[in-house]
Amino acid sequence: MQVRPEKRERGKRRRAKNDQEAKGRERDEEEQTKIKSAKTTKTRKKEKSRKTEEEEGEGESEERNTKRKKKHGSAKKEEKEEDGGKRTVKEKAQDVKKKKHKKVVETSSEQETSEESSEDNEEEDNEEKEVRPESLSPEELEKLKEAVDERKKLIQGLRGKPWPMKKKLVTLRESQEFVEKYEGALGKGKGRKLYAYKVMMTKKWMKFQRDFENFKTACIPWEMKIKEIESHFGSSVASYFIFLRWMYGINMILFGLTFGLVMVPEALMGRPYGSIPRKTVPRAEEASAMDFAVLWDWGGYAQYSVLFYGYYNSQRAIGWLKFRMPLSYFLVGVGTVAYSYMVVIRTMARNANESGVGDDNSFNFSWKMFTSWDYLIGNPETADNKFASITTSFKEAILEEQESRKDDNIHLTRFLRVLANFLVLCCLAGSGYLIYFVVRRSQKFALDGLENHTWWERNEVNMVMSLLGMFCPMLFDVISTLENYHPRVALQWQLGRIFALFLGNLYTFIIALMDEINLKREEEKIIKFNITMWEASLYNSTVSENSTAPPVTIHPADVPRGPCWETMVGQEFVRLIISDTMTTYITLLIGDFLRAVLVRFLNYCWCWDLEAGFPSYSEFDVSGNVLGLIFNQGMIWMGAFYAPCLPALNVLRLHVSMYLQCWAVMCCNVPQERVFKASGSNNFYMAMLLVILFLSTLPAIYTIVTIPPSFDCGPFSGKKRMFDVIHETLESDFPAWFSKVFSYASNPGLVLPFILLMVLAIYYLQSTSKSYKEANVELKKKLQTQNEENKKKNKRAALKAQMDLEEARKAASQAAEQQNNNASLQEEETDGEENHGSNQRLHHSKNGRNPPPAAGEQECHPPATRAPVPRTYHHGNHGAPGYLPGFSRQSEPRMYRVPSLQRH
Amino acid sequence: MGNKQTTFTDEQLEAYQDCTFFTRKEILRLHGRYRELAPHLVPLDYTNNPDIKVPLTLIITMPELKENPFRDRIVETFSEDGQGNLSFNDFVDMFSALCETSPRELKTIYAFKIYDFNRDNFICKEDMEKTLNKLTKGELTPEEVTLVCDKAIEEADLDGDNKLSFADFENMISKAPDFLSNFHIRI
Repeated sequence: MQVRPEKRERGKRRRAKNDQEAKGRERDEEEQTKIKSAKTTKTRKKEKSRKTEEEEGEGESEERNTKRKKKHGSAKKEEKEEDGGKRTVKEKAQDVKKKKHKKVVETSSEQETSEESSEDNEEEDNEEKEVRPESLSPEELEKLKEAVDERKKLIQGLRGKPWPMKKKLVTLRESQEFVEKYEGALGKGKGRKLYAYKVMMTKKWMKFQRDFENFKTACIPWEMKIKEIESHFGSSVASYFIFLRWMYGINMILFGLTFGLVMVPEALMGRPYGSIPRKTVPRAEEASAMDFAVLWDWGGYAQYSVLFYGYYNSQRAIGWLKFRMPLSYFLVGVGTVAYSYMVVIRTMARNANESGVGDDNSFNFSWKMFTSWDYLIGNPETADNKFASITTSFKEAILEEQESRKDDNIHLTRFLRVLANFLVLCCLAGSGYLIYFVVRRSQKFALDGLENHTWWERNEVNMVMSLLGMFCPMLFDVISTLENYHPRVALQWQLGRIFALFLGNLYTFIIALMDEINLKREEEKIIKFNITMWEASLYNSTVSENSTAPPVTIHPADVPRGPCWETMVGQEFVRLIISDTMTTYITLLIGDFLRAVLVRFLNYCWCWDLEAGFPSYSEFDVSGNVLGLIFNQGMIWMGAFYAPCLPALNVLRLHVSMYLQCWAVMCCNVPQERVFKASGSNNFYMAMLLVILFLSTLPAIYTIVTIPPSFDCGPFSGKKRMFDVIHETLESDFPAWFSKVFSYASNPGLVLPFILLMVLAIYYLQSTSKSYKEANVELKKKLQTQNEENKKKNKRAALKAQMDLEEARKAASQAAEQQNNNASLQEEETDGEENHGSNQRLHHSKNGRNPPPAAGEQECHPPATRAPVPRTYHHGNHGAPGYLPGFSRQSEPRMYRVPSLQRH
Repeated sequence: MGNKQTTFTDEQLEAYQDCTFFTRKEILRLHGRYRELAPHLVPLDYTNNPDIKVPLTLIITMPELKENPFRDRIVETFSEDGQGNLSFNDFVDMFSALCETSPRELKTIYAFKIYDFNRDNFICKEDMEKTLNKLTKGELTPEEVTLVCDKAIEEADLDGDNKLSFADFENMISKAPDFLSNFHIRI
């Protein structure tokens, strides 16, 4: 804008000014006529009335163009004013401003009269070159300020207004113009520089925010992919992919944390590979350290790298930055967990806000009618399924409504359900035992030495866990057919069982791992003892041989070392993740893709219709997939402390999953026949995620707090406990008073009251929420009773009206008879008059006590859409929430419930 | 913008961003979609706000609307003339109101308008019957339809006038768990 030549600008401005004047006059006239004609208009807020005016003036593109020019001009003007530029320009601007201001003040008055506006009209013509901002009184300035603030609010809330776009655009432009001009006025004179500066900064800030927002949405990946899936499969399948993307985002951040603060600093600034024993492959393993089989098991060079806990050195500060490596490691571990908790809980809270409290069943039919269609569906097949499922759901609801169905054989069902649960429990126990058994066996193998065993024996644990995770849900599915539950209930049971299975498996795995940790620690003790002996002997030998010789340098690969249980734990988790990923992908390929291919191509030469019959195509299993994702994340949280590479691996996995599953779902799955969302909202899954997060951090924290770290590997080696890092940092890196304060703050005398306070706060909040809930229930009851009362009243009124009508009809018929008689006689005129009177009465009674539907029909205004805009259109847009903006006020005759402030 | 022809000026884009829930890129994409519907009718250059409308029959061929049983009503609701002819402004408005980020209140207002077939500012039995028949493709028997309509009115009608005013509708829909997730169209 600034680059434009000024002359042109000025010319335009002049033109614009003229236009504006003309328009202003026009508008005022319009306003006058309007006010005269319709005195009922109540102008609470000035924009409303302004908008009505503006609507008349809108439409012509010519005018719009001039306006745009004007906008340019005014922006420019403001700048010049700030620079203290030309006087003439200023004056012109002020004129316009003043006029605008006048207008606002005038329209904002509650009851404007036509005299006022006409007066104003004349004034406006006269005061062309008199007014200056300096001459504005403080009150006027205040008003101006208020008006502009209101405008700004309007601009911000514009997108949420149910107006047609044209009107929104016009309002926006007008408001922006107004704000700009007015802000120029405020920015003038002494003492207002700060204001001008502030305005400028907010403008820049807004611009930045918008750009940032644009950038952010541009960064969200896979939008189109998800859209495609949504239109093919509806929102429930798409919700899985959205969840996957969300998970990907979280893992990205976790990965950034570990990668940026732990792995990279260690790799760049820490001691290089081979400098100390923990960073070198031991002599015994050197030969096979680069073999693929070993690397695949994350042994060899992979084990002695930044990927695992054991590689990190306990040196307090590394590199020229004096980076506190152990502290950073610890804090990143804590931060990972803290961040995850924060994100999950925040999302849950947001979801809870968004999804209304729809747990009561009072609107069963209306909800089914108005909210069951999924507007995202864009695929004929899915649409057909949706139609069918909606129809069945209606039919079921009708059946339930007509009679609470009685199960004729309740005992059999009960027995079957108990049996099913028993079977499931057996399955769970069996799978738990199997895992425990396998882990114990693998320990035996590990003691023997892994090289003597086959691939299966080495990877038994992970494979068994993955296979169990794959086949047990199918088994549960079969078992649940015994139970004969409603599909929604059945889905919940199924989810609960799978959850229990996964959890059980994970915990058995952890318990077995704990055993192994204890074993390793025993081993470590022996080795530690041996090492001291070995060192002593080394020392002795050097001393005894010749005391003058330099100390023997031993290659770090030759130094004996402990088993380092932390790395072992990390490795286990990494292997678990890998095998889990592999099984997921392989089942996807075999179960979905191969099946689809077979069904598709064997269908040409098969005895029955494969596509419609038995195997058919698979459906996308939303709940199973979500559960898989959640448990995968749980494993990441659990293992991330001991294997910093886990988040990176997970990011990779999720990335591949996204593409693979998107492809698979589009090419080999069919839309679900019966769509049942699990418990309505995503919060069900979120709650599961939270539970898993809690359960998976529990063992990690337990190991960190209770088990002493290995003596010769990892960033905490040589310390008694891992969290001693904090103490150490406090003592050596912070001034003495700080650690003193910290120790005071952490003593029980302070901590206990604090905890007490928190408990009390929680109690208080809970009780208030309870009372709110009660109040809610109370209100609901009130509403219901009122509703019934209304209905009764209306019924009574309707009955009365009917009776009246009946009477009137009778009277009319009588009168008519009379009239007939009279007419035949043709004697008296008085009778005729009477007759007339009775006719009138009939009309009167009809209008006086008519039943409500008739009233509604009478008062309804033609179309609800925007086309013909009534004058009162805009007055309902603010304030009372009960009104549908855009509907005229009179169309709601009996709203006793909603206090309609504006009417009085 | 280099040698690329500009569709909108920066100001227009800013204005659209102020008035809708879309970002710059999405608005441009919307214009692309709009133009796809009638390439011979809609110009690439929109800087001078040409007054062009695309008829309903073309709009409802969009994959986003094609399968929707209420497609005609949606388009009619958002068209300025009430006949279903959409200008680009109306088009943007429609998808802005139906997008994911638009608030529940706005969606409620437009949902009410959509389900109000005869545009009398009330959802009466007639409207409900139409809704139901569209929703189930007419697979319910007339008795079932009447039953469902009666039930729905019984549930949601608070002022007892046997039809749903906006207040009733709002009250009902504000508690619906699926409304927000189902009543949106991604563009």
